[in-house]
Amino acid sequence: MNWLTNYVRPKIQALVRPREVPDNLWHKCPGCGHMIFHRDLEKALNVCQHCGHHMRLGVKKRLEMLFDDGRYTRIELPKSSDDPLKFKDQKRYTDRLKDTRAKTGEHDAIVVAHGRMGGLGVVVAAFNFEFQGGSMGVAVGEGIVAAAELAVLQDAPLLIIPASGGARMQEGILSLMQMARTTVAVDKVKEKRLPYVVLLTDPTTGGVSASFAMLGDIQVAEPGAVIGFAGARVIENTIREKLPEGFQKAEYLLEKGMVDMVVPRKDLRTTLIRIFGLLRNKAPAGDLLLLPVDGAASPEDAVRM
Amino acid sequence: MHILEFEKPIAELEGKIEELRHLADGGDVNIADEVGRLQAKVDKLMRATYGKLTPWQKTQVARHPDRPHALDYIGALFEDFTPLAGDRCFGEDKAIIGGLGRFRGHSVMVLGQEKGRDTESRLKHNFGMAKPEGYRKARRLMEMADHFQVPVITLVDTAGAYPGVDAEERGQAEAIARSIETCLDVRVPLVSVVIGEGGSGGAIALAAANSILMLEHSIYSVISPEGCASILWRSGENAQDAAEALKLTAQDLLKLGIIDEVVPEPLGGAHRNPDLTMRTLATAIDGALTAMGGVEGGVLRARRREKFLDMGRAGLG
Repeated sequence: MNWLTNYVRPKIQALVRPREVPDNLWHKCPGCGHMIFHRDLEKALNVCQHCGHHMRLGVKKRLEMLFDDGRYTRIELPKSSDDPLKFKDQKRYTDRLKDTRAKTGEHDAIVVAHGRMGGLGVVVAAFNFEFQGGSMGVAVGEGIVAAAELAVLQDAPLLIIPASGGARMQEGILSLMQMARTTVAVDKVKEKRLPYVVLLTDPTTGGVSASFAMLGDIQVAEPGAVIGFAGARVIENTIREKLPEGFQKAEYLLEKGMVDMVVPRKDLRTTLIRIFGLLRNKAPAGDLLLLPVDGAASPEDAVRM
Repeated sequence: MHILEFEKPIAELEGKIEELRHLADGGDVNIADEVGRLQAKVDKLMRATYGKLTPWQKTQVARHPDRPHALDYIGALFEDFTPLAGDRCFGEDKAIIGGLGRFRGHSVMVLGQEKGRDTESRLKHNFGMAKPEGYRKARRLMEMADHFQVPVITLVDTAGAYPGVDAEERGQAEAIARSIETCLDVRVPLVSVVIGEGGSGGAIALAAANSILMLEHSIYSVISPEGCASILWRSGENAQDAAEALKLTAQDLLKLGIIDEVVPEPLGGAHRNPDLTMRTLATAIDGALTAMGGVEGGVLRARRREKFLDMGRAGLG
């Protein structure tokens, strides 16, 4: 060991070392079985270019895809009690949490961010399915409450993007209570006549679907997303017969009148921007000529409202 | 009467007493003494057993087939009960009984989840597992209560919302979500009582209340112990462990600040003395309503909303 190995070599190494190779360069589409090169898949936002099958999209990519220029600001969420029930199954819940946090680098299953979509300020709360199946416990509830409060504070629409199997069992009754808690939270946004839009992604089931996720002013779903209350296996065991084709898929819900629209991923951003604009009755900037409003400093301020 | 596994020693003694009573018809004083002695033993054993039921045992008591059900309470607690049917969209769901009645002279709206008692009535009430039309009826009736400014009393007793193709097709999740939303929106007192099993989303759909009471041996949980065990332990046989871990007893939930009051049951559970259970519960409901008497509707609504908004935020556990 000398100054050379200590200081120079790592830098040289960094220059010459091959870039990290992803574990798997090719992905098999679960829809059609085609092999897709990882860079193509990434470019297509995890949608198969052969059959249009929508694979799950990570929360960061999701946010990048929605906001103008992929830019947004994450907000830090208030810390909540980690293990309110001191829950232990075959493993301690605190250990499970520790593992998932290490694996994902996230504190819990929700990310709250704000930024602009089509120039309009929007608050987004997006679930992270990688984090314990996106399950909703106290921390997720806290995220929804914070997002709703931020939307009200910023006078901005709220977009929630669930990707969740339902309630987090290890937080027992407190998870169940988050159903009522998040319902109050999104109602605060609605009371202010701010748009509350839900983008249902795969999967949205259980206690998440049976609370805030079904209460949007407008319900948008991604193609093929599984959306429903009870799990397919539970239903099969109850009725002991085969489930109908496409059961609990976004398209099925559309047909049954349970969502407003099913929108391919590539069109989501423009669709959502259009929805927010229509709900806020806001024509494209520049076309409006408003009289000064009491309390507003200038016509520009009035337009921004 | 249906005997639970852990009640067998008690049942054996009771059987002996019964036999002796038959013999005592002859007027034998010694036998009468023996009966008295055995009865004291039964009481003691009962107190010992029921004084420290495990969460799993409580689960069994909460689901006891002889336990009083919503219709029993409705019959005993409310005068002039007038059932109201239908969701005005699809159908009438008898898993949730709803209607107007009088409680201690005052009009109230009652909603109760009914499991049924024999095969025929169980089928009729779908084992207490409501479909979307049940929750939509609940919502309609809560809105009616709000319109006429009468308090709402809900009796919760369900294994959960019905998991079926038809229920999903008609929007089970949405129906539950709207029912919760309506609970949180009405400007009248809302009192919920878990009388047996408070099963997950199907239960909270009627229980986002100002005042939540639980009978002493009832349970309230995000998932059944069996369901939890099959997922987290990968075996339904660990239901006992799951019941412990879930903290689903009335006593635990009171400690956690989720519910407001535990309503005592007669020794040996509500089914051993339904009349006494009814009287005790009537007093408890009366107390909860009285505490909200004269409070303006908007304030009741705001308090209810704040309470649920804080669930998990305040230092718990």
